[in-house]
Formats: sequence, C-alpha cells, structure tokens
Amino acid sequence: MSNHDITQKSETDTHPEKGEAALKELAEHVLDTAKRLGADSGETAISRSQGFSTTVRMGEVETVEHNRDKSLVVTVYFGKRTGAASTSDFTLAAVEDTVRAACTIAKYTAVDEYSGLADPDRLATTIRDLDLDHPWDITVQQAMEIAQQCEDVALRFDSRISNSEGATVSTHRGTEVYANTHGFVGATSGTRHSLSCSVIGEHEGSMQRDYWYSTNRDYRELESAEAVGQTAAQRTVQRLGARKIKTTQCPVMFEAPVAASLLAHFTRAINGSALYKKASFLLDQLGNPIFSDDVYIGEKPHLPKAVGSANYDSEGVATEDRDIVNGGVLSSYVLDSYSARKLGMETTGNAGGTRNLYIKPGQHDLTALLKEMDTGLLVIELIGSGVNNVTGDYSRGAVGYWIQNGEIKHPVEEVTVAGNLKDMFKRIVAVGSDVDTRGNIRSGSILLEQVTIAGE
Amino acid sequence: MSQILELAQTKILEPAGLAQADLDKLFSQLVGPGVDYADIYFQYSRQEGWSLEEGKVKSGSHSIEQGVGIRAISGEKTGFAYSDELQFPALSQAANAARAITAQGESKSVAITTRSSDDKLPRLYATIDPLSTLADEDKVRLLERVEQEARRLDPRVSEVMVNLAAVHDVVMVARHDGKLAADIRPLVRLNVSVIASEGDRREQGSFGGGGRYGLDYFSDDLVNEYAREAVRQALLNLEAVDAPAGSMTVVLGPGWPGILLHEAIGHGLEGDFNRKGTSAFSGRIGEKVATEQCTVVDDGTIPNRRGSLSVDDEGTPTEYTVLIENGILKEYMQDTHNARLMGTKPTGNGRRESFAHLPMPRMTNTYMLPGEYDPQEIIKSVDKGVYAVNFSGGQVDITSGKFVFSASEAYLIENGAVTKPVRGAMLIGNGPDVLTRVSMVGNDMQLDTGVGTCGKEGQLVPVGVGQPTMRIDGLTVGGVQV
Repeated sequence: MSNHDITQKSETDTHPEKGEAALKELAEHVLDTAKRLGADSGETAISRSQGFSTTVRMGEVETVEHNRDKSLVVTVYFGKRTGAASTSDFTLAAVEDTVRAACTIAKYTAVDEYSGLADPDRLATTIRDLDLDHPWDITVQQAMEIAQQCEDVALRFDSRISNSEGATVSTHRGTEVYANTHGFVGATSGTRHSLSCSVIGEHEGSMQRDYWYSTNRDYRELESAEAVGQTAAQRTVQRLGARKIKTTQCPVMFEAPVAASLLAHFTRAINGSALYKKASFLLDQLGNPIFSDDVYIGEKPHLPKAVGSANYDSEGVATEDRDIVNGGVLSSYVLDSYSARKLGMETTGNAGGTRNLYIKPGQHDLTALLKEMDTGLLVIELIGSGVNNVTGDYSRGAVGYWIQNGEIKHPVEEVTVAGNLKDMFKRIVAVGSDVDTRGNIRSGSILLEQVTIAGE
Repeated sequence: MSQILELAQTKILEPAGLAQADLDKLFSQLVGPGVDYADIYFQYSRQEGWSLEEGKVKSGSHSIEQGVGIRAISGEKTGFAYSDELQFPALSQAANAARAITAQGESKSVAITTRSSDDKLPRLYATIDPLSTLADEDKVRLLERVEQEARRLDPRVSEVMVNLAAVHDVVMVARHDGKLAADIRPLVRLNVSVIASEGDRREQGSFGGGGRYGLDYFSDDLVNEYAREAVRQALLNLEAVDAPAGSMTVVLGPGWPGILLHEAIGHGLEGDFNRKGTSAFSGRIGEKVATEQCTVVDDGTIPNRRGSLSVDDEGTPTEYTVLIENGILKEYMQDTHNARLMGTKPTGNGRRESFAHLPMPRMTNTYMLPGEYDPQEIIKSVDKGVYAVNFSGGQVDITSGKFVFSASEAYLIENGAVTKPVRGAMLIGNGPDVLTRVSMVGNDMQLDTGVGTCGKEGQLVPVGVGQPTMRIDGLTVGGVQV
C-alpha cells in the first residue's frame, strides 16, 4: 500500500497550472491540425481527471478503485457542415486520426446555416477565481478509515439496521480546457470530494434501504463521517413499515433533495434544442405565467466553490447571473448559440446546461411547511423517469410519509404521483428554506396544493 | 490460437508493444498470498453516431476508446485500477495499485506455463467492424429515407428525428489461472422519434431496433416498419385520454413489456445483491415466487441479439440460465467473484461497461417462456383494466422490491375488448409478489427489437427482454383519473 500512496500524493501535488499548460498546448495543436486538414473553423474540449474511491462494507474494505480518465473532443466546420470526433488517446498519431475522422464526417453532413462557433463578442474575457480547486491530500488508508467510521455509526444507530451497502469516500481532481479558432482558450481545474453511506433496515420480515451523502469541492466542508452515517441510518429506520395508501388527490410535498428534479424537468422544457424541435410542453411561453405568482427562478454561475460554477459555458460564452422566472412569469429560455440562432434569439450562455440554477427559498423550514400542508404526502424518493417532455405528462413512483396534522403518520411506498407539469408548476404554494446545495440545481422542499396519488 | 484471439492481439497488444511475457510479469505483480483471483481486461472500442433532425443529417460523431482494467480480489475485497495508456509502465503501475488492497505479503513470481483459450467456443455474431459495413454516404441516405417514409405516412407528422449508432468492440481478458479469452462484438441500433401535431396537441412516438450485426441489418423493409410504428404511436397518442389511477387488472403485450421481468425479477436475482443479502429475493431459492405458468430465463446465447455475448467480460461463456421454473425460484445470475463467495458456479453474467469499470453480475436477454393462452382469450377475460403494449423504461429498488415501468402505449380494456388509448402512465408493483398474480400467460412469446440499455451503479450495458402476453391481477396504474 505504501508504494501506491506515494504515487497518489506526488500526482496530487502536481501544480495545476502545469497540467493546464500542457492541455492548452494540445488544444492548439488540435486546432492547427484541423486548419491544416482544411477546416474553416473548429473547437476542442480536452479534459483530464484522476482520483480514487474506496468502499467499506460491514466493517471491511470492499473496493478500492483508482480512476484516471482523459478525453479529447474536436468539432470541425467546413463552411456550414459539421463533424465531431473524440478519443482518449492523446498520442500525436491518435489526435491526428481523430481530427481526420471529424473532417471526414463533415464531408457527409448537410449544410446547416445555423451551425458554427459562438459569436466572438460573446466569449468570456473576465476570468474570476471561483475557488473550485481544493485537492485533498489523503491516502487510501485514511479514506478507508473515514468510510469505516461513517458506516460504523450507521450500523450502530438502531438495532433494526441489519445490513449495509457500505460507505464510500471518493476524491477526484480534473482539468478541462476549451479552445476555439476565434482564439479563445480557457482552462479550469477543480476538485470534487464525497462521502456517502447506504444502510438497510429490517422489520417484520421486510427490508428498506436509504442513504445520505455529502459532496463538496472543498473536503473541509464535507459533513462529518458521523453526521452522514447517522442521517443515512435515521432515514432508513424511518422507512420501515412502509405501506401503500388508497388512491387519492391531496397536497404533496417534495422534500428538498427530490424537489430539484421538478426544476430539472422545467429547464429541459425551456432548453433551446427542445424548443426548436417543438419537443417541449412550454413552446412560445416567454412572458407568460408558468409558475404560481411568488416563484422566482434564477442562475448564479459564479458562486464560489459551487458544483455548477464556471466563468464560461461549453462554447466559451461568458456566463452571468440571470433571471429565468420572475413573479411566476417565464423571462428567459436556456439557449446555446446554435439553438439561439434557430430561434432568432441570442445565446443565454447555457451551452452544456444551466449552472447553479435555484428557486428562491421561502421563510419556513420543512417542519413548518408540513404544518402548513396539514394532511398529504411528503415525497422523499422518486423512481422511474415517467416524464413526457412534449406533453408535460408526469407519473413517477414515490416513497415518502403520510402526513396528518402536520406530522409524520407512517411511511408510504408503492404509490405513484401523477399530473401534468404545466398544472403542477402553477400549484406550487410554498418553497422551503431547507435548501439542498449539493447539486447543480438548488431547491428547498416544494409544496404542491394537489396531485393525484395512485395506490390501492 | 483462435482467430478472434489473434485479431484481438493484433488490435490491442501489438500496437502497445506488449507480448505474452509482459502479461506474465503483470500477473507476478498482481498475484501473491491472499489473492484469490486477478484479471487484466483489454479493450479497444470504436463508435460512430449519425443523427437527423429537421430533414437534415446535421451532425455525426466518431470516438475511439482503449485501455486496460486490472483487478485483484482477496476474499470480499477488490482492488481495481485502469489506464488508457497500454504501455507496460502504465500497466505495471495499475497492477501495483490494484494489488495494494491485499495489503501485506510479498508478491511472488507465478509460473503460468501456458495460457489457454477455448477455440471451440460457439460464436454468436460475425467478427465484423459494423462501422465499415456501409459507406458514409449510404448511412446518411439511410437516415434520410427513414425520415421521408415517416413524413409520407401522415401529414400530421411535424418532426422526425432519426439516430443511427454503430459500435465495434474488441475485448481480451487474461486471468490469473491462465485462461485467456477474446471477443469481437459488433452492435448497431437505429431509432426513429416523431412528433405528430393536430390543433394545439402534440404527441410523440418512437421505435427502433438493432443487434449484433453490421449496418446492412437495416433493410428498407425493416426501417420502414420502424417509421410506421413510431408514426402509429404518435397518432394514437393524439387520441389518448387520461389514464386511470389505482390498482386494477393489467394485461401486458408481448415483447418489450418484458422489462417488467427485468425490473421486477431480474435485478433482484443478480448474485451480488444476494450474496450481501440486500435483495428482496435473498435466501429464497426453492421458494414459490410466481404462479406455475411462469418460467423465466436469462439467456446470453441467442445469436445476434443485443444482450447476447459469446463470452462475458470475465471470459466465461454465456449460458441459458433458468431463474424461475414453473413458479419456483431456481438460480441467481453470477459473475466469478460472487459465485466463488457463494460457493456456486459463474453463469456467464459477469459484465462491465468498459475497461474503466468493475465487472458485476448483469442480465443478458431476460424473458418468460410461452404459456398456453391465445392472447385474444386473455383480453376477453378482463372486464375492466388496462392493456399496455409499449414502455419507455423502468427502475427497481432492490431492497424493498418495489419497481416501476413506464407505459408509452396503453389502452383501456372494457368488457373484454380493447377500447380507448390512454396517456402514458407509470405502473408500480412489488417484485417478489407481482408474478404470483399472473393468472394467464399467452402462447405468443416475443423478444424485443433490440433497443434495451440497462444501468446499474452508473454502468450501462446493452440488454434484451421478452415475454408472451400476460395477465396480472392487480397492479397499480399511476394515472390521474381517480
């Protein structure tokens, strides 16, 4: 083990600028090759990452996985024809072959007047320090000990905790370079660390599993091993004895970690590529009320240390803070240069998606919101992807708790929640202050006034 | 040496300057006291994709990935490292990292006198590179033809999207016990999605297929059928009414609805969950988990199927494994690691997404054998219920056994007849219990058309499913109509 740890450390200690410089040089080479092969313009994204993860299960180390990945994607334009290719082999011969493959494809694709790089005047010129790079100087052995401690807390939490899927610690660091033939070249290095735990409880012959995780770009801001283990166990125990409920229509609360999925369905529907293909239930809705009056949704791409933070999008366009829904009214779509041109609009700097999208939190925490709901279903997990982006029809499997008089009555499983997202967005009556900041979409718990639950 | 092994060596080992002696050196590093199993998995994979929208093939993509995954197992512990560089020093470093998990103990040199591979192994698909089975201009024309056919069928078709994908996968696995296996795996898929519009209403339909073939598999007749099916579904959905909500009798059509078996039964019978005791099916071999009409198998040996493999990713030949026989749970699906720990034999279900992922027990083609009922008789037997014939996907919670699968084409059954189409709805049930409610199994067993992809712990692998028409007495339909 000692040999290996030294390897990990010495690589982690490599100065990021040095790695960035090498990838920038490779990016220039890729673009030069594209031009040499006759391309009028081109762009490339090159990434490199490494790290490891270790899982401890029932007190014993189960796996140690060492990751080391790299990828190079090149897109070339011959006039208005496009071709793309990628490789994980960075040798000069392989890079040449890859650029050539992209050029070959561009011979056969159709002329598309909207294709091409982002407009040069939209490319990012200000590069802020977003504080994304916090390498964790940790050995595999130390990571195992943290995972062990985390799982141990979970296993001891309650006598009904009977089994485990283990606790995992992982740490990764990566560098990404994007360059195009407008002369833009940008590099970003960042880290991502996480600690997760999943345990199983047993009661009267039936089992339940739940989990908890903490993830952060800065390892010092991860929740403690004890906290993660305890929350995982608590959530599992609370699910024991779950049962079906009768088919009904009632208020439904989406707990913060699953509430973000409602916003993901929304951003998918206002994404430029869904709009120009007319594959969205929110066509031509700009300026119209989509949500209930109090809802504000925006994007903050420059939050320090946040998962989604970036100075520019995946085609080099500067990102900025912006409103998407104000007073329930849709004020902007989510566009890249291509879809913007198709729609006769300007890019919103969203190539590659939204970054730190959030719904403005309300004043009350989950407990207070449950009181406000009084009776209904609190959803803590959703399964199955039963969402139709063309019609907005929504039907997903749910696990949660039946709430009566604002308090948890019993756990619920094997039911579905269903409706149409257009109606569901308008039925949002409250957003909690309990914002989950772990993902690229930030939301508190969301209360909907009425949804159909199918059960017995 | 088999021809496939030679081809794999030429494609992977030779360009990196690796010889048999280098493999021996790596195993010397990997194998030592406490190591029960070790393997080195080489992969070279080339993929191509073409897509059409708005009547144009606007983009195409090409990718090459190659690398090696090295694994050492000691008891329940697995050490794993991979490298996308194939030169010996990178491999040696990966081997050391993988070996580290077994902690103490000097590695010692292992003498493997001969590496053996099974030349007699039946091969389930041609050793072709599907990317080169059709000229690039013909790939573009194929997509354009499908688009034109879809538009020709009905003026309400407003958008057509067509995707074509081809993969050429060359794998070679060397094991500590001297076993050496290689496989060359072609895989192609074509998918058509359409949106039909009428007034304010827009609905989608999609259909596709493929398998372990060259691109010449997509004959005019076949792709025209895909276009027809996609258009038919979209038009049908224009007429659909809200789905009912609640528990009712559900009749599933033949073929792709077999994802019921994949979600409700299949995952829960994978060896890893059962070794750990985390599945709702753990410890239930020999018990009755279905009605007597139900026999369910996982079969990796069907020629040219999307889920088939000549050998799995650990070099074990795939099998026809009976999971449930006349209602009785018979066997779990195993890879080598979980089979060894459970004291049983591997069933050829050790699969991985790529060299950069650890193998796990995974399904191949999972289906139910035909029963005795005429499908029409099954429909006639239902007073009130839902007839679901197409699905978009599913998911399962292994531990609680609860599963969902999402209908994309379904109808009401009223007084023994199929009546109105209903809008998409989720069906939800309990895995260990759902097949005990199967009251009629049809004689019309069908496999799906070759579109399934299964995700487990973040790893995607191609799979197949199938089943005859089936009546389930009591499954919750997640509609909105109370």
